[in-house]
Amino acid sequence: MHPILTQLRRLVFYLFGWIPLAAMLTYLLAVPGGLTWWQAGAVAFPLCLLYAFVCLAAWYPCLATPLDRSSVPRFLFTHVIGAVVASALWVLVARSLGRMLSGSSEFRGIDSRLSEDLPLLFGTGVLLYLLAVGFHYVLLAVEASRQAEARVMQASLLARDAELRALKAQVNPHFLFNSLNSISALTASDPARAREMCILLGDFLRRTLGLGEKPSIPLAEEMSLVHAFLAVEKIRYGDRLRMEEAIDPSALDAEVPPLLLQPLVENAVVHGVANLVEGGWIRLAVERRNGLLEIAIENQFDPEAPRRQRNGVGLVNVRQRLEARYPGHASFLATSIGDRFRVAISVPAQAEDGRLPQEKTS
Amino acid sequence: MTTGEGRRIRTLIVDDEDLARQVLREFLSSHSEIEIVAECANGFEAVKSVAERKPDLVFLDIQMPKLDGFEVLELIGPGPAVIFVTAYDTFAIRAFEVHAVDYLLKPIGTSRFEAALERAKQRLSGQLPPPPVQAMELAAAARPPQQYLDRIPVRDGASVFIVPVAKLDYAEAQDDYVALASQGKKHLKQQTISSLEASLDPSRFLRIHRSYLVNLERVTKIEPYGKDSYVAVLSTGAQLPVSRAGHARLRAFLDR
Repeated sequence: MHPILTQLRRLVFYLFGWIPLAAMLTYLLAVPGGLTWWQAGAVAFPLCLLYAFVCLAAWYPCLATPLDRSSVPRFLFTHVIGAVVASALWVLVARSLGRMLSGSSEFRGIDSRLSEDLPLLFGTGVLLYLLAVGFHYVLLAVEASRQAEARVMQASLLARDAELRALKAQVNPHFLFNSLNSISALTASDPARAREMCILLGDFLRRTLGLGEKPSIPLAEEMSLVHAFLAVEKIRYGDRLRMEEAIDPSALDAEVPPLLLQPLVENAVVHGVANLVEGGWIRLAVERRNGLLEIAIENQFDPEAPRRQRNGVGLVNVRQRLEARYPGHASFLATSIGDRFRVAISVPAQAEDGRLPQEKTS
Repeated sequence: MTTGEGRRIRTLIVDDEDLARQVLREFLSSHSEIEIVAECANGFEAVKSVAERKPDLVFLDIQMPKLDGFEVLELIGPGPAVIFVTAYDTFAIRAFEVHAVDYLLKPIGTSRFEAALERAKQRLSGQLPPPPVQAMELAAAARPPQQYLDRIPVRDGASVFIVPVAKLDYAEAQDDYVALASQGKKHLKQQTISSLEASLDPSRFLRIHRSYLVNLERVTKIEPYGKDSYVAVLSTGAQLPVSRAGHARLRAFLDR
C-alpha cells in the first residue's frame, strides 16, 4: 500500500503541496498560454488534482528501481517512460476537459487555444512527474531509515529483555562449587549435616530457578529466598556470618522484582564477611512508607582487602534492573563509609495487581 | 628441600573456610608421610606460618581475607611446593605461571587430589624441576593484562605490611631490593625495580632514573641540577635524581 494513501493526514498534506504547482500551471496557461486567468485556473486546478493522484503511481517504479541497486540506463529508461506515459495521459485529459468546457459561453474557443498549449502542458507534465519521482525516493529513504531505527530499537529491547531474563536465572557458580565442597567435607564428619546442606542448597536452587520466569513476587517470597541462601552460607562461614533483620511486617505483601535482595545479600557476603578474619554482620532493613518500599542493606568490610573477582549478579545489574522496571520512580544508592558498605533502595510499593500507584492517577 | 628417609613432608593448609580445610585434612589423613604442621585461615597467618614452620608443601586457597593466594606466594618466595585450591577456574594459567605444583578445583575429587600430591612429592624429591628463583618476579608479572596493582604486600620477617599504591611516593632500587617510600616510612621488598615498574600503572608511575620510580602525582617541580641533570622535587619534600632518559620520559609525559 502506498504510504501516503494509508493516512488521511498525509494525503491532505500531499494535496496541499500541489496547490502551488496548480497556481504555477495557472500562470503558465494564462501568461504564455493566452488563456484568461479564470479559464486557466478552471483548467489547471482539476488537472493538477488528477495529476497528483497519477504521480502517486511513481511509487511503484521507484520501489522497483532502488537508487543504490539499479544501473543508470535502467533508472533513466524506467522513469523517462513513466514520465512520458503519465504526461501523455495528462495531455489527453486536458484536451477532453477543454472540449467539454468549450460548450459553455465563458470558455468558448478554449479547446483550440489549449491545443496550441499542448507542448507546454506535456513538458510541464514530464517535469512534474520527475519531481514526483524525486519526492518518492526521499519518501523511500525516510521509510528505510525509520525501519532501520525501529529494528535497532527492537534489537536493543530484545537484548535488554534477554539480559533481564539471564539476570533472573543466574546462580553464582562459585557459590555452588564452594557449597558442594562443604557438603563433601561434611559427608565424612557429619553426614546428617551434609544431608541438611544438600536439602538447603536444593531449596535455594529450586526457588531461584522458579523465580526467573515471574515478573514480580511478594517481598515475603524474596525474603525466604534470602533465608535459603543464608542457610547455606551459614554452614560455610559459621559464626563469621551474622545476619540482622528488621523487616516491617506491612512490607511483606508488597510486590518486588524477583532476585532484588538476594544478589545484594550475596554481595555483602562475598565482598564483606568473606574478607574479614573474624567475619562481620549484615543488616537488612525494609520499611513501607508513603507508598514506597525503603530497603537498606549494610555490611562490614575490610577496606584494605585484596581485590575480589566480580561474579554473578552485582550491584550494577540490580541498579539497571530497577531503572528498567521503574523508570524515574526508583532510587539506588551505594555508599561506603569507613568499614561499612551500604546500599539503599527505594521502589514504589506495588499493589498486588502489579501496577504502580503513580500509573493509576495518570 | 629434599625429603630424606624417615622425614615427613611438613604440610600447611591455608583456607578461610573450616570445612574446606577439613576436606584436605581428611584426604591427607591416609598419608602417613604427611605431617600437617599448621592450618591458617587468612593470608597474614599463612605468611607467618611459612616463616616460622618452614613447610615443604602448602595447600593454598586463593580468595581469602587480608592477602590473596598469589600475594601469599609472592611473599613466601619459591621455598615450599604450592598447590592452589579454589572454586575459581579463572586463575589456573596464572597459577602455573607462578610455578604452582598443581591447581585443584573445589569440590575436590580424591583421584585428582592424589595426582596433585604425587606431583608435589616429585617436585620435593627433585624429580620435577624446582621453580626458578625468580618465581616471585613472575608472580608480579603474571597479573592479568590491563590490571595493575592497587596494593603492594611487603614482608618483614613473619609480619606483613600492605602499601596501598595510592600512598606510594616513590620506589628506590637497592641491590636485590626495592625500598618503597610511603607515608614517611620506607619498606624493603625483595623485588627488582623493573618488575615493580611493570606491575604498576604506567600513567601513574614513571621511571625517572635507573634506580627511581616515582608517583607522578607527588612531583611538584623539576629543577636543573648541574650540567645535563635534574632533580624531581616531591610534595613530601624528597628530592630524587632524574637521569637524562628519565627527563625525556618526564617531558614526553608532561607534553601529552
